[in-house]
Amino acid sequence: MNKIQSTNLITEEILPGRSLWADGIRRLRKRPLAMICFVIMILYGGLAVFEFAAELAGWEKASVAHWNEITGPSYQKPFAPYEWIKEDGSKQIRREWFGTDFLGRSTFRRTLYGAKTSITVALCASLISLAIGVPLGAIAGYFRGWIDDLVLWVLSTLDTIPYIVLIMAFAVILRERTVFGLHLRGITAVYLAMGLTSWVGICRLIRGEIIKRKESEYVLAARATGCSNRRIIFRHLLPNVFHIIIINLSLRFVGFIHAEVILSFLGLGETDKPSWGAMIDSARAELARDVWWEMTAATAAIFLLSLALNLFGDALRDCLDPKLRVD
Amino acid sequence: MITYILRRLLYTIPIVIGVLLLTFFLFTVVGGDISQQIAGKNADAQTIAEIRHEYGFDKPLFWSLDSQFLDHFKKALTFNFGRALDREKISEKILRGVGPSLSLTAPMFFGTLAISISLSLLVAFARGTWLDVTVVVLCVAGMSIPYLSFIIFGQYFFAYKIGAFPIMYMPEQSMTYSLALPILIGIAAGLGANLRFYRTVMLDEMRSDYVRTAFAKGLSTPKVLFKHVLKNAMIPIITNVVLVIPFLVLGSFLLERFFGIPGLGSLMIEAFASRDYFIINAMTFIFALLICFFTVLTDICYALVDPRIQFE
Repeated sequence: MNKIQSTNLITEEILPGRSLWADGIRRLRKRPLAMICFVIMILYGGLAVFEFAAELAGWEKASVAHWNEITGPSYQKPFAPYEWIKEDGSKQIRREWFGTDFLGRSTFRRTLYGAKTSITVALCASLISLAIGVPLGAIAGYFRGWIDDLVLWVLSTLDTIPYIVLIMAFAVILRERTVFGLHLRGITAVYLAMGLTSWVGICRLIRGEIIKRKESEYVLAARATGCSNRRIIFRHLLPNVFHIIIINLSLRFVGFIHAEVILSFLGLGETDKPSWGAMIDSARAELARDVWWEMTAATAAIFLLSLALNLFGDALRDCLDPKLRVD
Repeated sequence: MITYILRRLLYTIPIVIGVLLLTFFLFTVVGGDISQQIAGKNADAQTIAEIRHEYGFDKPLFWSLDSQFLDHFKKALTFNFGRALDREKISEKILRGVGPSLSLTAPMFFGTLAISISLSLLVAFARGTWLDVTVVVLCVAGMSIPYLSFIIFGQYFFAYKIGAFPIMYMPEQSMTYSLALPILIGIAAGLGANLRFYRTVMLDEMRSDYVRTAFAKGLSTPKVLFKHVLKNAMIPIITNVVLVIPFLVLGSFLLERFFGIPGLGSLMIEAFASRDYFIINAMTFIFALLICFFTVLTDICYALVDPRIQFE
């Protein structure tokens, strides 16, 4: 007791402890670039929510959400003013920010709507791959033995098939199929295919981390106090590797958005509603007619979001897990 | 050494079986009977029955001596994949595609490797300076652009607008002329991720004690970089490089598709478009075998490069 008091006298006060997350967020706040990226991510997310709400509630006033409305002549160049006769017969001088497509629909609105499609796909795919990968990896790493062998066998098998071939195979097979009364069409098949094929990486990662941590003192302490295996895995071990899941997810998100583009190009993506992949796909024929804006708008939208996610993911890794730091 | 290699090869057997089970499940159980699609919309019942019989869709799935399940394994293990939907032999189709694919991806692979490794040494040496920061930001920016945009814009500007390269692959022209643009686009698109990876590898090595010792005893910078750092960085580089080699055969299927190069990537995409599960099945199996083989090769190279690794 005396000893503790004397140390207190030397340090004068005991600093309150900070959690891993509080510490990480404090470090993250000091990085202006990471904060800018975070704001960009929030803006994209907000846009997706707005488009979703506008579509669901059928807002008349939110004209930006009406991607299907014809706003000008076809292939109107960006920023170029044009004369447009409105429905009531009055003439109006208008200009479209990003020009119009072959039907005269605004590229700007379609690009905004694409955020909803792409983010929904990436989010659902992430959730599916987490729901499969995390518990499986945790159980394999915790129990080892035959469960581990089985999971490792499935992982190596899936790893042996090139990822893009696997994802195309799943997308082809799931498309236009009815599973449990749910008709898989459009983006549902896309994110199911991505989610069912991409859990391998996160599963391997979690398995490795659990193996590393399952002999640590806090797990022994939990076992000594009589916690069940399930409680140890889900209440003690997984919260301690949660930051790894988050870091991995922010980088994986980019992969999903880019995969959506490739699937759309192969004709396996969303067909009724605009998505960035579908825009790039349709624009490839239009480039020969010097219609470059649709392609550019979709690429720029993907570029900005991917850049923000990449940089933010790196910053998050540096702040939350100093051991993983690269420099 | 030989026992080690044999054991490693034995480990691949369950994986190959796993791949075969997965492809059977995907393309036969779930994908199933495509006789209606082959026959066309207006086919009568007899034509469909004939097609079903010809492709073996009328056989039982499991539990029989001539079941589709056993047939699937027999086809794969004897490399006799039968005929595609257009009645051509699949093995001939695949063999024909290997050449064009390799002549596209091999220069791409070596170009990316040479550029990214030499640049990464340079950048790792200049770590913390504006040059380093600029290169890293450019790498991340390059990684953020979709692959498709690289191809479409590249084809548009350099082939269509400027006209420096042919827009499509031309068999009558020389290979170099036809393939130069896709190779360049492939290198540009892959450089970001590669350079960033090798920079991390080099930085890990740069921080080691032996580098400080080498500098302290007065060795010149090039000598330290190329003789000491590069040699020690070989282990992560080899793992990365050897595992990429099987994908060279697959080709960059998007590039092949856009430039009309008749390689394996084009074959694969056409097979997906026409739902020719026979081709997809055969190619998936062959790629899986290649990847298994090169994984074993990586482990062996590992042991050869790093004397600390024992053949356990």
